[in-house]
Amino acid sequence: MARAVTPRRKLFNTLLAWAVGMIIFFPIFWIFVLSFKTEGDAISTPLEVLTSAWTLESYAVVQDRSDYFKHFTNSVIIAVGSTLLGVLVAVPAAWSMAFVPSKRTRGILMWMLSTKMLPAVGVLYPIYLLFIEMGLLDSRTGLVIVLMLINLPIIVWMLYTYFREIPVEILEAARMDGASLRSELLYVLTPMAIPGIASTVLLNVILAWNEAFWTLNLTAAKAAPLTAFIASYSSPEGLFYAKLSAASVMAITPILIMGWFSQKQLVRGLTFGAVK
Amino acid sequence: MATQHSRSIARLMIAPATILLLGWMLVPLTMTLYFSFRKYLPLRGGDLGWVGFDNYVRFISSSSFWPAVATTLIIVGGVLFITVVIGILLALLLDQPLWGQGVVRILVIAPFFVMPTVSGLVWKNMFMDPVNGFFAHMWRAFGAEPIQWLSQASLPSLVMIVSWQWLPFATLILLTAIQSLDSEQLEAAEMDGAKPLRRFWHIILPHLARAITVVVLIQTIFLLSIFAEIFVTTAGAFGTKTLTYLIFQRVLESQNVGLGSAGGVYAIILANIVAIFLMRIVGKNLDK
Repeated sequence: MARAVTPRRKLFNTLLAWAVGMIIFFPIFWIFVLSFKTEGDAISTPLEVLTSAWTLESYAVVQDRSDYFKHFTNSVIIAVGSTLLGVLVAVPAAWSMAFVPSKRTRGILMWMLSTKMLPAVGVLYPIYLLFIEMGLLDSRTGLVIVLMLINLPIIVWMLYTYFREIPVEILEAARMDGASLRSELLYVLTPMAIPGIASTVLLNVILAWNEAFWTLNLTAAKAAPLTAFIASYSSPEGLFYAKLSAASVMAITPILIMGWFSQKQLVRGLTFGAVK
Repeated sequence: MATQHSRSIARLMIAPATILLLGWMLVPLTMTLYFSFRKYLPLRGGDLGWVGFDNYVRFISSSSFWPAVATTLIIVGGVLFITVVIGILLALLLDQPLWGQGVVRILVIAPFFVMPTVSGLVWKNMFMDPVNGFFAHMWRAFGAEPIQWLSQASLPSLVMIVSWQWLPFATLILLTAIQSLDSEQLEAAEMDGAKPLRRFWHIILPHLARAITVVVLIQTIFLLSIFAEIFVTTAGAFGTKTLTYLIFQRVLESQNVGLGSAGGVYAIILANIVAIFLMRIVGKNLDK
């Protein structure tokens, strides 16, 4: 509903919006600045911080002392693994509900959504116990499974809303032309579904990367992804602002970049299509 | 259009997702229910038998229950209020014609992508630390005594941290909703001489009602179970123990599984009450 306004009004809007935007972004900006300082400089006054020398020291220290790359790899494997596994299970389900809806489709969709509402803490001990029994505690496999399950409803829903927008007439035309179910899937549906699947993957990698209940409670040293690794800074020794900043920058940058690409999908994915 | 054949294939295709989710829901839920009726102390004697509704009564009558309820309500209510009010104002602002809209949008939504442990620790140390934090430096620059944020003003501090994380979500959804508003209606109102405040009250706000409801419901479900932000900042001290955190402590820290499971059942019931309203709205949309 953008309307024409006077240049003066537009200038005022611009200044105000930029000011608010920079205030909101400031904590992230500040971590970036601190990550390039020495520990001593990082605790000085903001003005001294900005004027002190820049260094990459903290990045090297974080990697050397705590094997940062191992936790980063864990995060990648857990986020990407759980998402891909989830998509693999969800695509057939969403496909059939979108194109061969039955009386039960609506009920199944709503029920799947309701599993997402289950508070994690309510089932913490059973999962913990099952993980011990199955030897999954502090393993990447275990987390891939759990994160796949908690995000599965979102994946199914997102794919369903995307698939439903594919015009059925095209499928019918393909069937008329004698296309088998296999070629229908392969040559007609897949190309049209790929953008939706890509958006779903993007949003779910972000959600899985940032998940911080199960990753904190089900891992120790071995399988800890970045969420859990960074939590270890809650009881630090000595000066640590620059190191914490460097570790944080490396943990959030990939997701910030992905997140900026996924603005639209975020609305659709997290409101289950209720706001488009 | 669908034949009998394609129907049975369709059913087969839903099966894996359904079975997985059914297992994920039923198995742990049944276990939680079972444990909640037993005296179960894994480190002090294990499963000590059936105790009926004892755990449910004890969970509610424990001295930390009502404070935890109050803390939960303050955090959820405070964050909802801040994110919805500021979110509406921000969405209105970002909807105006301005230079560099795309960049401002990116700046505003960025906090949503910061993992909870990072935002908790960054706020706690780099901003709220009473000695070296950014706020302490600012306060001292103006000759004031720095505030002990997380110990003296623990709840407002937590509300601030969590609001910072969720403001982007509210803003983005409300902005999406505002942009779908028919501009002709607004122009007509403008020509009829309706003042901006009246236009907001009678046209924009009613149009946003649905989006606001969705924001409130979805955020409530997520906010009821915030965990990492408390875990890395106060670890439940200084009156920041929410219901979720209390249950976590009962189950994993003091290993009183029976008691914690009863608390878990309460949490599940609470979440379901909110969920029913959300599902109704989502369900309506499905019929369109």
